[in-house]
Amino acid sequence: MSHDWEGLVQEDRVHRALYTDPAIFNAEMTKIFGGTWVYIAHESEIPNVNDYVTRKLGLRPVIVLRDSNNILRVLYNRCTHRGTTLCRHEKGNARAFQCPYHGWNFLNSGKLRGVPWADGYSADIKDEKFNLAQAPRVESYRGFIFATLNLEAPILLNWLGPMTKPIDEWLDRNPGGKIVVCEANRFKYKGNWKLAYDNSSDGYHVIYSHRSLLEMENRLSDAANKGMAYYKNSPDSLAMYVQYMGNGHHFKDKRPNLQARPGGLWAIESTHPGKEYAEAEFRRKYGERADSLLDLAGSEPVNINIFPNLSLLGNHIQVFQPISVNETDAVWYGTRIEDVNGDIGDALGTINALRMRTQEGFPNFGEVDDLANFEQIQVGLQCEEDEWIYMNRGHGIPDRIKTNADGTITAPATDEVFMREYIKEWKRLMKGPTPLSIKREP
Amino acid sequence: MSVGAQDPSVSSFYVNDSFYGDLIARFQDWDHDRHGICDPVERDGFRLLLEREARFLDQHKYDDWLAMLTRECVYWAPARPGGGDPRTEIAVMFDDRRRLEDRVFRLRSEFAWSQAPASRTVRMISNVEVFEYGEMDRRMLRSNFIINEFWDNEIRQLVGWCGYDMQNIDGRWLIRAKQINLINCDRCIRNPSIIL
Repeated sequence: MSHDWEGLVQEDRVHRALYTDPAIFNAEMTKIFGGTWVYIAHESEIPNVNDYVTRKLGLRPVIVLRDSNNILRVLYNRCTHRGTTLCRHEKGNARAFQCPYHGWNFLNSGKLRGVPWADGYSADIKDEKFNLAQAPRVESYRGFIFATLNLEAPILLNWLGPMTKPIDEWLDRNPGGKIVVCEANRFKYKGNWKLAYDNSSDGYHVIYSHRSLLEMENRLSDAANKGMAYYKNSPDSLAMYVQYMGNGHHFKDKRPNLQARPGGLWAIESTHPGKEYAEAEFRRKYGERADSLLDLAGSEPVNINIFPNLSLLGNHIQVFQPISVNETDAVWYGTRIEDVNGDIGDALGTINALRMRTQEGFPNFGEVDDLANFEQIQVGLQCEEDEWIYMNRGHGIPDRIKTNADGTITAPATDEVFMREYIKEWKRLMKGPTPLSIKREP
Repeated sequence: MSVGAQDPSVSSFYVNDSFYGDLIARFQDWDHDRHGICDPVERDGFRLLLEREARFLDQHKYDDWLAMLTRECVYWAPARPGGGDPRTEIAVMFDDRRRLEDRVFRLRSEFAWSQAPASRTVRMISNVEVFEYGEMDRRMLRSNFIINEFWDNEIRQLVGWCGYDMQNIDGRWLIRAKQINLINCDRCIRNPSIIL
């Protein structure tokens, strides 16, 4: 298969085939979801030795685990005998995995431990080729576990590059710089996975796609300044901005819209179950400290989008999981905090309960509308003669977009520059030779 | 002003530590045969109530539906089979009175794109069981449901069971808590935007 990548991805537009062509999707599963770092799980999901979760690396079923020697591994969930998946559970704790078909048994290092009636094999059943395949490179940045099959990819830290700063800030506002994953709002939509990634820094859709949310969140508010209400008037003139960060990553920073004080974040929170109880209780018990405690339950106004499948937004870890060219799962993992430094005490339970409720708001009342729009893009793109998708907002306007000393690019909040830039990285990966490999324990 | 004087449609004081604690206790370990009520009259009364609730939701009669719930109510669809702990885990939905009214407000706006056009639903309720739990003015109910939902030219089924914490106020049974247990609650669900 060969595509005219230059023709499909142009300066300010892309061809519909990027979203509709099954051959391009299949190539993406190799070259993107294999050829670059892909987010695979969070360490808090597998805190103990022998803990595992089952996930997908592109379309490859994998078991992400902390093995008996405390090494993070991404094992292919595929028996080396006939290809059966070994593990069918979402999560658990296991030193070994036994194939339910013929009983081959593998240690969680991937090594074949034994097979029934080994004397029936003439070849050495201890040969390395019978050990499970696994991602040759697995690295973690502050709890976020990534994997790639590309031995030539840069180390994770360099690949994240300037993205580590917003990630650090997102973590460090929580006690001890730590969060724990705790269940999720889980969505499926009938559309291409890139529709979600295109959306992740999109400040242009907010006022329309989320109009029901904005009206709902402000129906009881005199000031009408709750949630993302700051998008209502001239958003491009506000202090918030979008920044392209290289390697396909981008960052939407809405924090500059807030009052820079403890409680500045909480001040724009809309209505949530238990809100007034927590406010009254914290002010009574903790006085001025109440504001910073409430901020821990507030939704951090950033979108930290790490190509190709991870988005940290609010307090969520959102993961995009491609299923097929026109089907995607989007999982919004919630996060809670721990009293790492012992200075939160009794307030912890109330903060976390309120933090759960703030996190349920956007998926329930905002994301559902975006997903309906993604699905309708996929429908609209069936008009095959109408070939182009435009991502030209902000393009060609002098002095609007700024390239910074570190190579990152900053633009007003509604600009589509992040799309134009990330799709160049997509094109680079799709064009290039992609030397993928797996490894097996020796 | 006492906390009790607050209007739960406007402010949320009642969703506090003791509320969560009571909710979790009530939705654990209640549906045992030894608590079951066999009286056909009582059971039929609750069955009628649940069938009326299903009809109100099918007909989008949200005000009538909201009137079936106590002022200080909760509507809870866990994201984990068995319920989990809503204090430390995300739920598919966890609404108090005000958020339920938010939900209705959004559906009635012209801009809820996930419900434009709105789903048509037909709900089937069965296997209604009634249980004693604590005081005589309280009951727990369990029922199975199939919501047949027509949306985007397809009919799909949302399937599960509901637990209800019922309270008799001035001779009328009202829903204090409704727990909706989708059998696929821990998997990705397309367009979960109707009231279950």
